[in-house]
Amino acid sequence: MLSRLPLAALKSSGAVGASRSTLSAAGKRSASQVRFASTASSSSGAFQSLFTSRASLVSVTLFSAGSIAWYTHLYGSLPFIGEVHANSLADDGLHPGVYPWPHKGLFDTFDHASIRRGFQVYREVCAACHSLDRIAWRNLVGVSHTADEARLLAEDVEYTDGPDDAGEMFQRPGKLSDYLPPPYPNEEAARAGNGGALPPDLSLIIKARHGGADYVFSLLTGYVDPPAGVEIREGMNYNPYFPGGAISMARLLFDGLVEYEDGTPATTSQMAKDVVTFLNWAAEPELDERKRLGLKAVILFSALFAVSIGVKRFKWTPIKNRKIIYKPPVDNAL
Amino acid sequence: MLGNTFYNSIVKRNSVYVSTIFLGAFTFGVGFDVAVSSFWDRWNQGKQWKDIRDKYVQDADS
Ligand code: HEC
Repeated sequence: MLSRLPLAALKSSGAVGASRSTLSAAGKRSASQVRFASTASSSSGAFQSLFTSRASLVSVTLFSAGSIAWYTHLYGSLPFIGEVHANSLADDGLHPGVYPWPHKGLFDTFDHASIRRGFQVYREVCAACHSLDRIAWRNLVGVSHTADEARLLAEDVEYTDGPDDAGEMFQRPGKLSDYLPPPYPNEEAARAGNGGALPPDLSLIIKARHGGADYVFSLLTGYVDPPAGVEIREGMNYNPYFPGGAISMARLLFDGLVEYEDGTPATTSQMAKDVVTFLNWAAEPELDERKRLGLKAVILFSALFAVSIGVKRFKWTPIKNRKIIYKPPVDNAL
Repeated sequence: MLGNTFYNSIVKRNSVYVSTIFLGAFTFGVGFDVAVSSFWDRWNQGKQWKDIRDKYVQDADS
């Protein structure tokens, strides 16, 4: 602030201030002083000191240092200065494309036929390595399967239950209330079966990854040969969408891997789309109802908002439109 | 005129006034839900479980 003023101006401003305060008392004399002060400060001498004074030097230096510090604080590095990084953009993974999911729009529910096919893909392919421990058989009822179908699916699985009267654990067929069985008894077994890499639980995977459904779809369909110069260790696979590029999960989906009961051709991308829709449902089972309630809430609240505006205007109209007129008292005494 | 009829037929007796509000809320609730649902089901035709359910039910079970 101070630095913007030349020193000469600073000096004369004292005189200006003083003359201002005495303006009413000293009348014409100080008024002429003020005029001289302004002509003096716009003379070339004042400009000279703006560029040569120490105050300007110090303040410009401080300003530059400050903006550099602020810029680097905000953006991490300075522009127009070459930098060398040890990591490449590939380390962050390729950004997935944006896909027109059937449940993407504000009013769109899941495509439940796709959820059903996706469950089939999960059960026949992914369940060999990935658990889905937040989903119970009963959750499928009314979403992708009838109660009878879900009961039959559950009965195919043996669960350990107990203890019984003799204190023994026993095996029994699954019930609707049982959760989907994990492929491995514990994390160590899962790692041991997958070359040290842990296949993550898929219940919330769509919420747990940047890019969500688009990312998992791209990951499942994005396996390619590594580009020249990229070394992939034994047992790893190259996938440009996976951060770092090397993923322990191999490509699993190949055309015709499963046979859909509704006759949909089981291409790679069809299976990936279905399983991702299923996983998206597993992560957000409330999506259908949430959007429906959201629609109702938005309609109701905008109506109430409009009403409240109307009431406000109604109440304020007399206040805003009134005119206050000053009627000077008729002074009869004088 | 309209305001008078409204006042005389509804607002005058508190019992009528309160039951009108309750009944109105109830019928509006039902009507609003029916309207939103019918738009909803038309928009999402063929995608919801109820649209594909009859392909899979055997008897009168859910
Ligand atoms: C042969 C075992 C196996 C099968 C079958 C399998 N996966 Fe994986 N999956 C893994 C392993 C191991 C990892 C961990 C990879 C890593 O961290 O390098 C993984 C990781 C993932 C990830 C997480 C990637 C990330 O960003 O961290 C997703 C999503 C995934 N799998 C989805 C699926 C889907 C969907 C299927 C079914 C089509 C499937 N997987 C089938 C072994 C498997």
